[in-house]
Amino acid sequence: MGAEAAAAGVDETPAVELRGICKSFGPVQANREVDLAVAAGTIHGIVGENGAGKSTLMNILYGFYQPDAGRILVDGRPRRIRSPLDAIRAGIGMVHQHFMLVEPFTVLENLLLGAEGGFTLEAGIARARREIEAIERDYGLEVDLDAVVRDLPVGVQQRVEILKALFRGAHILVLDEPTGVLTPQEADHLFRILENLREQGRTVVLITHKLREIMAVTDHVSVMRGGRMVAHRRTSETSTEELAELMVGRKVLLRVEKGPARPGEPVLEVAGLEVRDDFDVPRVRDVSFTVRAGEILGIAGVAGNGQSELLEALAGIRRPSRGRILLRGRPVEDAARARARRLGHVPEDRLRMGLVRSFTAWENAILGYQRLAGYLRGGFLRRRRMIAGCVDWMERYDVRPRDPFLHAADFSGGNQQKLVLARELEHDPDLLLVGQPTRGVDIGAIEFIHRRLVAMRDAGKAILLVSVELEEVMSLADRILVMFDGRIMGEMAAEEAEERRLGLLMAGVTAEAG
Amino acid sequence: MNDLFLQVLLLADSTLRLATPLVLAALAGLFSERSGVVNIALEGKMLGGAFAAAAAAQLTGSAFAGLFAAIGFAVFLALVHGFASITNRGDQVVSGMALNIMVAGLGPTLADAWFGQAGRIPVTAEGARFRPLTLPFAEEIREVPVIGPIYAELLSGHNILVYLALLAVPLVAWVLYRSRFGLRLRAVGESPEAVDTAGISVAWMRYRALIVAGVLTGIAGAYLSVAQNASFLRDMTAGKGYLALAALIFGKWRPLPALLACLLFAFADAVQARLQGVEVPLVGTIPTEAIQAIPYLLTILLLAGFVGRAVAPKAIGQPYVKER
Ligand SMILES: Nc1ncnc2c1ncn2[C@@H]1O[C@H](COP(=O)(O)OP(=O)(O)OP(=O)(O)O)[C@@H](O)[C@H]1O
Ligand SMILES: [Mg+2]
Repeated sequence: MGAEAAAAGVDETPAVELRGICKSFGPVQANREVDLAVAAGTIHGIVGENGAGKSTLMNILYGFYQPDAGRILVDGRPRRIRSPLDAIRAGIGMVHQHFMLVEPFTVLENLLLGAEGGFTLEAGIARARREIEAIERDYGLEVDLDAVVRDLPVGVQQRVEILKALFRGAHILVLDEPTGVLTPQEADHLFRILENLREQGRTVVLITHKLREIMAVTDHVSVMRGGRMVAHRRTSETSTEELAELMVGRKVLLRVEKGPARPGEPVLEVAGLEVRDDFDVPRVRDVSFTVRAGEILGIAGVAGNGQSELLEALAGIRRPSRGRILLRGRPVEDAARARARRLGHVPEDRLRMGLVRSFTAWENAILGYQRLAGYLRGGFLRRRRMIAGCVDWMERYDVRPRDPFLHAADFSGGNQQKLVLARELEHDPDLLLVGQPTRGVDIGAIEFIHRRLVAMRDAGKAILLVSVELEEVMSLADRILVMFDGRIMGEMAAEEAEERRLGLLMAGVTAEAG
Repeated sequence: MNDLFLQVLLLADSTLRLATPLVLAALAGLFSERSGVVNIALEGKMLGGAFAAAAAAQLTGSAFAGLFAAIGFAVFLALVHGFASITNRGDQVVSGMALNIMVAGLGPTLADAWFGQAGRIPVTAEGARFRPLTLPFAEEIREVPVIGPIYAELLSGHNILVYLALLAVPLVAWVLYRSRFGLRLRAVGESPEAVDTAGISVAWMRYRALIVAGVLTGIAGAYLSVAQNASFLRDMTAGKGYLALAALIFGKWRPLPALLACLLFAFADAVQARLQGVEVPLVGTIPTEAIQAIPYLLTILLLAGFVGRAVAPKAIGQPYVKER
């Protein structure tokens, strides 16, 4: 095990060392004999496929799960970490893949929770305000302490999570897929914060699926596959191609191959659409476009510029305040009826809108489609057929573990996403609305999903793709619309799209002005 | 002295008496439900408290012994509830209902065995009951217009548990919103994972909430059998536990609104008691059963129509499971 550390090029006492960690959940072996050494004062990346066991490993370090076997050393000394409290005392902080915030609480209350400093809150509040302001200043983490967490955008919620860890004195900070929900700008901001932390001598462990990010900010990187740690590298001595191959165990095509589109009849026509959010603020303003059969229309834009509301309106979940949405020439009334008219919808926030966490995989795999003729016999669900279908999709979308009876909550983040994608893509819609198709999924799965979307297009389906990943939009879409502040800033064919021009439009700078 | 004014005062006075067990039980429910444990068992815990209070008070001749026995027994029931629903992650409602049924049967059976009075425990021993307290100067200022009667008739002359229940409301509000325990309590019912990852034991928080709830339901039970009445009777809670739960929901899990809801229900009950046997023009005497149904009808109407959207603590009803 010491040799393992040496192989990773770690020369001084590691800030954290995990030795021989094993963990299983029932029949699922999430971690097998995992070793990991993280050098003090570095940013250490961990990559691996969905379900490889990354979150599990970090939750063991944080005391959230108990390992079946293995030891944890912090600053060279063995530590018993039996609860998050032990981990916090050992100076470990963690930002979870799914945030651990109390939504109706204010930021301050969330920060205080567990660190109140006395029976009454009074004294703690005063102290917290002072200390947190200092931390905010040192690391550029601005947050309004009195805002209610529920009302904050995810990027800010994440800052609250980081603040929480720092407020409790973490010098080792674990971040589990922090950029999955961030816009590129927010991600850049986050990386500046992480670099700041490193400069101050703190240690960061970063889990991400984006190899670009690994190359950009980490010093070392470890690769997991199937519950094992399969490789350690110095970031300067590896490449995205090598990492991709190590993760998946085969060569991965990082580019999408597709021929020219052959657009046919208009399937979706949108005219003069205005959509307001829950606070009655217009978020989509006067938007018009058409999606034809056999093409992929991409909508690019920085998150929060109305794309979510647009998707919800098109799917029939949110009523537009003005304008028209025609699906095959007839208006969309509500989500259930739209679905019956062969509209598929992969919501952006799949965990909240796409799944019932306490349902099993197979139940989730038919959710919303349970009335289809093929699933019913005399008003009863044809369970056996549904389960068989679910197993087949799990196979093709590589959902792990392939257990249709597992509850959705027990799948890893990326595998939950794959389940929703399988359901919406495989029910063969005429119009597919898809938001952030590859958020949180590993590169092997990205390759598969991209190929699947292109195949659907070639089979004559209409696809509306919303993504904040500029690269994804540029490589998949046939035409690209850019949204800014609820309006369409411009349209271009994919061939003539260039990153610089799109970037300007996304920032709200039009051609005339530029 | 205006006769109508006195009538109103008397009505308010009995409202207060009837509200006391509801308030205590609703606050008990507030602790447990804010922590994420549905407390359908308020009824059984209160009944258990009433039983233990009557038995202990009668045997020792001390009302306070009765009170402590009630608290002890209700806390024991709360721990059983916790063991089933927190430690063993059983269904909170099912285990709560089981407690209700068990206590409903156990109380009269034991009472029968010990006191041989057909499931009753009469509380007749000297000093075994909480007596009304006369507040200072009540008699002296009785004759002062308006304030005098209000003080002497309405505020004075209750037993100590009534005052305790009223004082408990601001105290609970303070604990809930201003103390460390309250912060953690509110958090654990909303997002147990957040509490867990903040280094706080979810199970221990929920146990503590249930214990506090046990104490409060015990007091409520003691009030029924050794303060308001002078005996333990079969099913003497008569749905007050469920009514308290309804008041809690009506008050959206907040102390002050829950108090107001309890007062409203108690008021309906007081009116109901007054209306019995009263001749109504044209209709004649309304059947007792119809009149007795008033508080329950009111509950249904309020919960169905007027509460608006009651937003329960998000994690309520779900045992906390992080790995299967
Ligand atoms: N609470 C749980 N109960 C049961 N099984 C679980 C639980 N948490 C994780 N698993 C299983 O353990 C395996 C590893 O999951 P983990 O969340 O560690 O993966 P991951 O590497 O973080 O993947 P992703 O990139 O998708 O987040 C998966 O097969 C998952 O289904
Ligand atoms: Mg994960």
